[in-house]
Amino acid sequence: MDIVSLLIQTLNAVQYGLVLFLLASGLTLIFGIMRIINLAHGSFYMIGAYMAFGLSSGITETLPAMIAVGLILSFFIGFILEWVFYAFLYQREHLEQVLLTYGLILVFEELRSILFGNDVLGVAVPEALAGSIPLTATLSYPVYRIFISAACLIMAGLLYYLIRHTRLGMMIRAGSHDRNMVQALGINIDLLFRIVFALGFMLAAFSGMISAPMTSVSPGMGNQVLIISFVVVVIGGIGSVGGAMVAAMVIAFADVFGKLLVPAYAGMFVYLVMALVLLWRPEGIFRKG
Amino acid sequence: MPDALLETASLHTYYGTSHVLRGIDFKIQPGETVALMGRNGMGKSTLLKTMLGLVRPRLGHVRIWGKDMTRASTHKIVRQGIGYVPEGRGIFPNLSVRENLVMASRSGPDGGGHWTLQRVLETFPRLQERIGNGGWQLSGGEQQMLAIGRALMTNPELLILDEATEGLAPAIAKEIWRIVREIRDTGIATIIVDKNFAALLPLVDRSVILVKGEVVYDGPAKDLNAQRDFVHQHLGV
Ligand SMILES: Nc1ncnc2c1ncn2[C@@H]1O[C@H](COP(=O)(O)OP(=O)(O)OP(=O)(O)O)[C@@H](O)[C@H]1O
Ligand SMILES: [Mg+2]
Repeated sequence: MDIVSLLIQTLNAVQYGLVLFLLASGLTLIFGIMRIINLAHGSFYMIGAYMAFGLSSGITETLPAMIAVGLILSFFIGFILEWVFYAFLYQREHLEQVLLTYGLILVFEELRSILFGNDVLGVAVPEALAGSIPLTATLSYPVYRIFISAACLIMAGLLYYLIRHTRLGMMIRAGSHDRNMVQALGINIDLLFRIVFALGFMLAAFSGMISAPMTSVSPGMGNQVLIISFVVVVIGGIGSVGGAMVAAMVIAFADVFGKLLVPAYAGMFVYLVMALVLLWRPEGIFRKG
Repeated sequence: MPDALLETASLHTYYGTSHVLRGIDFKIQPGETVALMGRNGMGKSTLLKTMLGLVRPRLGHVRIWGKDMTRASTHKIVRQGIGYVPEGRGIFPNLSVRENLVMASRSGPDGGGHWTLQRVLETFPRLQERIGNGGWQLSGGEQQMLAIGRALMTNPELLILDEATEGLAPAIAKEIWRIVREIRDTGIATIIVDKNFAALLPLVDRSVILVKGEVVYDGPAKDLNAQRDFVHQHLGV
């Protein structure tokens, strides 16, 4: 493999890893802080992708407008979902959480089918980002993929700032440790958790939104990303956003280079890596903290 | 008589089938300092938690400023002006000292805000030295100072201190008592639970003694000095 192909594959892996990270960070927040196993997280990704399709076919003119409207809309949907469904799950068994959130997958798939049908849909890459950067006479790299990486990095930076440097972030971290104490200091923990959930939803939907032009928009797309997101969360250490970043990169590189080096076993390579990591560190790379 | 700052009326609290509070009538006026006493397991912490809505009573009422708050959520109850320092301190180990303080900061129920980060740090110079440390790195005494400082950041009218000096070395305990006196002198009402009666009694206006979830004494702290047998029987000293 020459150096240019290596560069291309590395960029692909980084881009994939960053998208995975955003997906998994929402999942790990909801899992780590609220202790809810959210099987519908993949559906949130799907909702984001269909939102991109819906919004870009006539409602919003430009990509920034689409993203802005999509983010606001998804925060709002997440907020309502927590209020109506997830708020009832905190005191429940994992089995009940799995049942409800699996039920939600079916509901979301049905709604998708009613609203958008069952065909594979495409979202056009915005014109300004449609080009490619030539690397050699025959190889080039699509600008949109670089845009995805940049957008994910910005999101990750904002998330880091929010959790580490704002009062809301302090409350969230405190709440993940001791719910009662946070309430006893006068903080509305129900509202706080609703906001965390809405943020998690927003991160998943955002990944779906910006991935849509790259991956096409299709039924079942949420289920494909769900399992790999759980793999990232488990490898990274449940509840650890930093761990999710490292794990997402490990998985993305394993996936991209696995397909290249051992194509025959590409499907299982990622899980092999997971098994090895968990043998080495059963609690994940980063323990929750 | 004006409304009490906080009042409980025939409060009954259970843990499952175990009947822990058996009809507690308790009252504290603004600016008053009350010792809540009793042997281990008599229900002191449970009474405090029931006041705050962290444990729910089966019967009876909790009123704050005359308003029934028995079923109100905990955050609404404490926003009436209560700062809580729990047994075990409840420090967030995953937050720094500064973050433990800042996350709790709010103005008092009347919109007043005398307790700022700066004033808390002036009151607890030890915390200033540890400001960047994680909560998990603090000694017991430092944790207690942080817990009290954090409660003050909410600008309370009433400070609730469960086990003020438990497990602390005598010198540190003395420091805590000095601070409690200082806080009392600013006019904040306090409910204090502690096993060190010799240090506690001179500090308070009134004592309340619990035995098996019932109030057996409620009166001036100094009257207890004359009732050695009674005190020995119920407090074991
Ligand atoms: N969460 C709980 N579940 C069941 N029983 C409890 C619980 N918390 C306390 N108890 C029981 O309720 C009774 C009162 O406990 P509480 O903690 O209120 O006593 P206390 O007066 O604060 O004692 P201490 O001086 O040891 O702190 C005890 O018998 C205790 O074992
Ligand atoms: Mg106690």
